[in-house]
Amino acid sequence: MAPNLLPIDYILGIVVFWLALGLAGLVLQRQPRLLAQLLFPAGALGALALAVVTLGALGGGTNVAVLPLGLPDLPFHLRLDALSAFFLLLLGGAVFGISVYGAGYFRTMEGSTLGLLCLEYHLFIASMVLVLLADDAYLFMVAWEAMALSSYFLVTTDHKVPEIRRAGFLYLLIAHVGAIGILLCFGVMQGGQGDYSFATMRQAELSPFWASATFLLALFGFGAKAGLLPLHAWLPEAHPAAPSPVSALMSGVMLKTAIYGLLRVTFDLLGTQLWWWGALTLVLGLMTALYGVLFAAVQSDMKRLLAYSSIENIGIILAGIGLGIIFHAFHQEAVAVLALVAALYHALNHAFFKGLLFLGTGSVLHATGERNLGHLGGLIRRMPWVAVLVLVGTLAIAGLPPFNGFVSEWLLLQAFLLTPALPHPYLNMMIPLGAAAIALAAALAAYAMVKFYGVIFLGQHREEKLLHAHDAGNWERLGLGWMAAACLALGLFPVAVILQLDNVTQLLIGRELGSSAGHAGWLWLTPVAPERASYSPVILFLIILVGLGFTFIAVRKLYHGRLRRGAPWDCGFPAQTPRMQDTAEGFSQPIRQIFEPVFGIIRELPSPFDTHPHYHGETRDRLWNLFYLPIAAVTEKLSGLIGKLQHGRISIYLLYSFITLLALLAFVR
Amino acid sequence: MIPFSAQLVNLFAALLLLIAFAMLSQRRILSLINLFAMQGLVLSVSTLIVGLTTQQHHLYYSAALTLVLKVIFLPWLLHRLIRKLNVKWDVETMFNIPSTMLIGIVLVVFAFNLALPISQLSGTIIRSTLGIAMASVLLSFLMMITRRKAVPQVIGFLAMENGLFFAATSATYGMPMVVELGIALDVLVGAFIFGIFFFHIRETFDSLDIKHMERLKED
Repeated sequence: MAPNLLPIDYILGIVVFWLALGLAGLVLQRQPRLLAQLLFPAGALGALALAVVTLGALGGGTNVAVLPLGLPDLPFHLRLDALSAFFLLLLGGAVFGISVYGAGYFRTMEGSTLGLLCLEYHLFIASMVLVLLADDAYLFMVAWEAMALSSYFLVTTDHKVPEIRRAGFLYLLIAHVGAIGILLCFGVMQGGQGDYSFATMRQAELSPFWASATFLLALFGFGAKAGLLPLHAWLPEAHPAAPSPVSALMSGVMLKTAIYGLLRVTFDLLGTQLWWWGALTLVLGLMTALYGVLFAAVQSDMKRLLAYSSIENIGIILAGIGLGIIFHAFHQEAVAVLALVAALYHALNHAFFKGLLFLGTGSVLHATGERNLGHLGGLIRRMPWVAVLVLVGTLAIAGLPPFNGFVSEWLLLQAFLLTPALPHPYLNMMIPLGAAAIALAAALAAYAMVKFYGVIFLGQHREEKLLHAHDAGNWERLGLGWMAAACLALGLFPVAVILQLDNVTQLLIGRELGSSAGHAGWLWLTPVAPERASYSPVILFLIILVGLGFTFIAVRKLYHGRLRRGAPWDCGFPAQTPRMQDTAEGFSQPIRQIFEPVFGIIRELPSPFDTHPHYHGETRDRLWNLFYLPIAAVTEKLSGLIGKLQHGRISIYLLYSFITLLALLAFVR
Repeated sequence: MIPFSAQLVNLFAALLLLIAFAMLSQRRILSLINLFAMQGLVLSVSTLIVGLTTQQHHLYYSAALTLVLKVIFLPWLLHRLIRKLNVKWDVETMFNIPSTMLIGIVLVVFAFNLALPISQLSGTIIRSTLGIAMASVLLSFLMMITRRKAVPQVIGFLAMENGLFFAATSATYGMPMVVELGIALDVLVGAFIFGIFFFHIRETFDSLDIKHMERLKED
């Protein structure tokens, strides 16, 4: 007789399996090809199993487990409910594609590095699962730190490069500052009861002041992990530094654990929400989104571009959550649920399309060894598979129907625009402005993505070596294909997704969207009511397909035979070279011009008489000077003051403890 | 009327304090070690008397331990050390000795003042000696601060442990045996480590004067 196993037991089994795979990676160091092609696909199967189990568990109520690990008398509490199941589903789905891709990508790596990478990679995903399952602050922090440390080592895989070490340090620093915020948040929330399980925190009655303190600490701590505005500096450094599958994992999945944490604390652990928390989250989210997308638009390193775009997407998700908090605080549940569904949906979408794009850059990087957009171009001819699959991701992230990005951004805009009269005049006026900001961010994201795709894949090759670029291997195609298929499926069947998401919103605010969203059947998505707005991705997709087909046939049949190639007007350029194409910098020049005050631009222009002209332009993050450097300076100064206590004389040190002793004795008396 | 045994213990307590002051003012290392041995002897005898009076058997072991460790073994070790290191000369102090003694008197007043409420709570026959015990701890600490050479500092450290031991005996008839054994072991190991350090310090700096260690400071 098999014991009656709960979904949470299967998930723990998968975690153990991943840890075993990580250790096996150390054993198999000598055979890197075997290691990559055996262990990573096995890990991917584990991820697929996780996705299947959690999909079943989404509507299956809550399971709990207690693991007798950790400190004596302080076991680990675990809990699987709809919120964690949703994020585990996201993790499983994305990790499957990334691990399959990794089997191909890591194949050529050196053995010892790969063995360690395999260990850290699986430790990383296992710790993310434990973060999502944790039901006490103790396990949460242990898993959270394991996640931060394993990802730090993944980021610094190429630790011989000084910039990467610097990026890793910055990441570790901000991750730890954030972790302190989270720790303090849990400390406040347990309300002096001395019990750090989430069950106690749910019951704790906090005064509005302490509840606000908890929320602000959570926003700070999780915001540091998510890349919320002034704490985003690590993200564009660390994500590009890691190997591409790891970047995909960090950007697509790890950032979502921060979203999970914020939702868990705000909606589950804190009983009540105040409206200004939502307003703060909304404003910060919108600022983050705009800031991220503006910087994404002017980057000329493809992975940095994607990293900034991750900041933008996190901003959009946080804006949705902020909106949800505002509406929930004013008991406008119908719109609150719409905003939350949009945020959750976007989190899911971002995992897939950003994962896809990062994996795509990995293939480009492998094929060409180049990540600067200025040296790429025309790869669609050399790498058709990657080009087509990345195109799917590009369209999805740009928010074009019928792909998934459109659905969530559309839902979020609906939530913004269908604002009922809130009992707060300023909010009523400000929230539609937020819709404008979201629309601007979406448009700029499309702009940045046109640049990303156009410069890498279209046009002509900018360097000779690009002619020898090879397409991705089978494993990589499979991984990319899975992510692209997920982007399409999530875009085509939104009603089915929303019906699953209802389990989560039911848990968070006790309300669901499925009844109104699926009002007109699975074909039509009607967020509030059919007469307000509706969208049918399948029909739209069919129309697009039919339109494309007709165009293709029309061009082929009607113009067939009359198609001829001839020299176009050469306009004084008889020889067209790849250097005449629009460059990445050229393409983003208008944005740089328009938003100049936002950027810190450093430009060196050559003199007209220079025989070897050299142009150098750099866009710096202004917040670095405004926010980080002053803090670093103050820290250094304080450390200098404390350093003065060090005299090197034992008598002085003894005197310190003597005086302390006397003072304490006098005080005790 | 205080019973005879308690008067005897009070006498030994007074001797302990006197020796602590003597150590504070002693310039020669050899005499310092002898004073330390004497302090240990006084401690051992007073513990024995307390044990006999109150029928606390574990105090006998404490007394024996003190006798073996602090009267015989550690002084012998220290004698051997200074012979090997050849540091029998006078000790320089940081302040002049009279002002150190004045500070010591202030400390004794402070310690008595501090011990007053505690000794009222305590139920032992020798509770009034708690102030003396604390004073000798503080005086030993003061000695560590004011000495420039490494060996007297270590003796100060060991003497401080004597004071602590006496405090424990006078307030609660001694600590549990396990704790006492643990502390004894600590002192022993500490003495060994210090002994090793002396050699290393001398090898590195050609002197046992700890002012050379200022060079280790990070700039």
